[in-house]
Amino acid sequence: MSAPLAATEWFRRMLFIRRFEETLLEMFSKGLLVGTTHTCIGQEADAVGVIDHLEPGRDVVVSNHRCHGHYIAFTDDPSGLMAEVMGRVGGTCAGRGGSQHLCRDGFYTNGVQGSIVPLASGMALAERERGGGGAVTVFIGDGTLGQGAVYECMNMAALWSLPLLIVVENNQYAQTTPVEIAVAGSIPDRARAFGITAVELDGRDAPAIHAAAGELLSTVRTGAPAVLVIDTYRLRAHSKGDDVRDPAEVAARERTDALAVVSQQLEPAERERIMAEVESALADCVATAEASPIAVGSAA
Amino acid sequence: MSSLRCGAALNRGLTEAMAADERVYLLGEDVLDPYGGAFKISTGISDRWPDRVISTPISEASLVGIAAGMAIQGYRPVLEIMFGDFITLGFDQIVNGISKFREMYNDQVRLPLVVRTPMGGRRGYGPTHSQSLEKFLIGVPNITVVATSEIHDLGAMMRAAVEDDEPVFLVENKVMYGRPNRRPESGRLDGFSVRESDGPYPALTLSASGFSAGTATIATYGGTVPLAIDAATELIMEHEVFCEIVVLGSLLPLDLDPVLESVERTGALIVAEEGTMTAGIGAEIAARVQEAAWDDLRAPVRRVAAADGIIPSAPGLEDAMLPSVPELVDAALRCEAARV
Ligand SMILES: Cc1ncc(C[n+]2csc(CCOP(=O)(O)OP(=O)(O)O)c2C)c(N)n1
Ligand SMILES: [Mg+2]
Repeated sequence: MSAPLAATEWFRRMLFIRRFEETLLEMFSKGLLVGTTHTCIGQEADAVGVIDHLEPGRDVVVSNHRCHGHYIAFTDDPSGLMAEVMGRVGGTCAGRGGSQHLCRDGFYTNGVQGSIVPLASGMALAERERGGGGAVTVFIGDGTLGQGAVYECMNMAALWSLPLLIVVENNQYAQTTPVEIAVAGSIPDRARAFGITAVELDGRDAPAIHAAAGELLSTVRTGAPAVLVIDTYRLRAHSKGDDVRDPAEVAARERTDALAVVSQQLEPAERERIMAEVESALADCVATAEASPIAVGSAA
Repeated sequence: MSSLRCGAALNRGLTEAMAADERVYLLGEDVLDPYGGAFKISTGISDRWPDRVISTPISEASLVGIAAGMAIQGYRPVLEIMFGDFITLGFDQIVNGISKFREMYNDQVRLPLVVRTPMGGRRGYGPTHSQSLEKFLIGVPNITVVATSEIHDLGAMMRAAVEDDEPVFLVENKVMYGRPNRRPESGRLDGFSVRESDGPYPALTLSASGFSAGTATIATYGGTVPLAIDAATELIMEHEVFCEIVVLGSLLPLDLDPVLESVERTGALIVAEEGTMTAGIGAEIAARVQEAAWDDLRAPVRRVAAADGIIPSAPGLEDAMLPSVPELVDAALRCEAARV
């Protein structure tokens, strides 16, 4: 279990993800990118807080369409992701996957809601058999709780003592569907029905995410699957421009999200210094990606 | 000639595969001994390797994905789907996962897994336990679909599937399980000369006229193979009409060469399968053969398949729905009539 992160470190890691995705949205709006993207703007603390306890080579992360934050936190390869979204040969999957189909060093994503939970469970079964103490962490959203495979896997994870952590990022919406009209009852109780330990917390409290994830993962590694429900909020559209929420509701959350909270804890000079460092790292990342040739196929 | 039944031959192959590589795991419903799976193909395996056999809940939609996850992480899972009809529940994992991962992730992963399942009717199990759904699998790029038959070396085929580094869907047949696994001896079987192609999932070509000219080629696979042999035998005995039979092993990728070679000799093609006709495997073979061998064909390709409908339970209704020996004989006689 990793030691708590200093506020400066929270700020640096979350800000990089934030600025990376804001850059993507800018590039989309300028017509520089094609396809789609789903930003985790407002939810960065989930990625940073959980994944700080994970190590490439030992652990596996399986994620969904909203995966950039997870990818950056786990792989330390933002330029590979940038190049992938740009359709460059230097991308994580050489341009074949795009934003929501990533693969690198034990990090996998796929774009069909719910389907990643069985995949992650199989990987956790492999991990259990290998006995290397690794854990598999799978991230899903509140909307994905509508998929039956999630519960098939909770059942098997409990029965088979899988080293599996399911992180539910409840950002209150599935595309445009509010959680109230899609998810009945209590989310953690769904897991508890299978005898799985479940913790729910407020995602604006970044250190709480870190502490809870660390604790859960230490038991997950011994074969006790767990569910971590993080109540959070996405500050931008579902993908690029599809937002039907009340702007006042979004604005209120903008002032209180985990990045805003951490930012307020920093001395202004320190904040400025980190912001400058992040901008320079991001510029490097974009430049590296842009230097990679555009992927082209040969006709079938 | 070995009198091992097909089910036992598959079981032997699976047992050998388990013994050969400790990364091989068996998963499925009711696969534990003493039951050993609904059709006993997994018999004796959990007794020998209790730690590598996992009896699962009834969760096909997830199990196919679980096999994928294990495979990506270096294991070689063999998943038994109790009835082929239930493969539909796993289709998301097949179409959006298993078949995509290697290419979509730019070759960074491999999925050495086997999904094996019995298809086919003629046992009165009714509409949801009798289908031949392999035609849906051949529409999925990047997977291998293998059709076992009673004249294949079933043990070798099973081992090859488990040793394959790519995902293999092994189509078995419920009636086949109880029949003897007959193999050609010195290139002969049931009065036919037999040629077997190379590779892990070979095609067998049968000819009663020493591979000289004939009336038609019957391209078929799986549970329809004994019908084709019966039909070809009847055609010789009662009509002096000689057909070749190509028994396919690999349905995807489709192994077309043996079919084309045979059609070059016979000049006509009948495709026969137990699945429903529309958009079937025969349709794909017909399309490819007319494109590649138009000049060899003297008659339209004929399809013999199940009628487009349900497979009823009552034997008299089921028989009427499924392809039959008389239909094959009739198709061949029409090809004969088209000869000048
Ligand atoms: C099986 C499936 N159905 C529908 C979609 C389209 N889709 C993509 S994201 C999304 C909403 C997902 O909501 P949630 O799980 O809450 O995740 P969030 O987007 O909020 O992070 C939908 C409906 C999909 N990708 N997969
Ligand atoms: Mg959501």
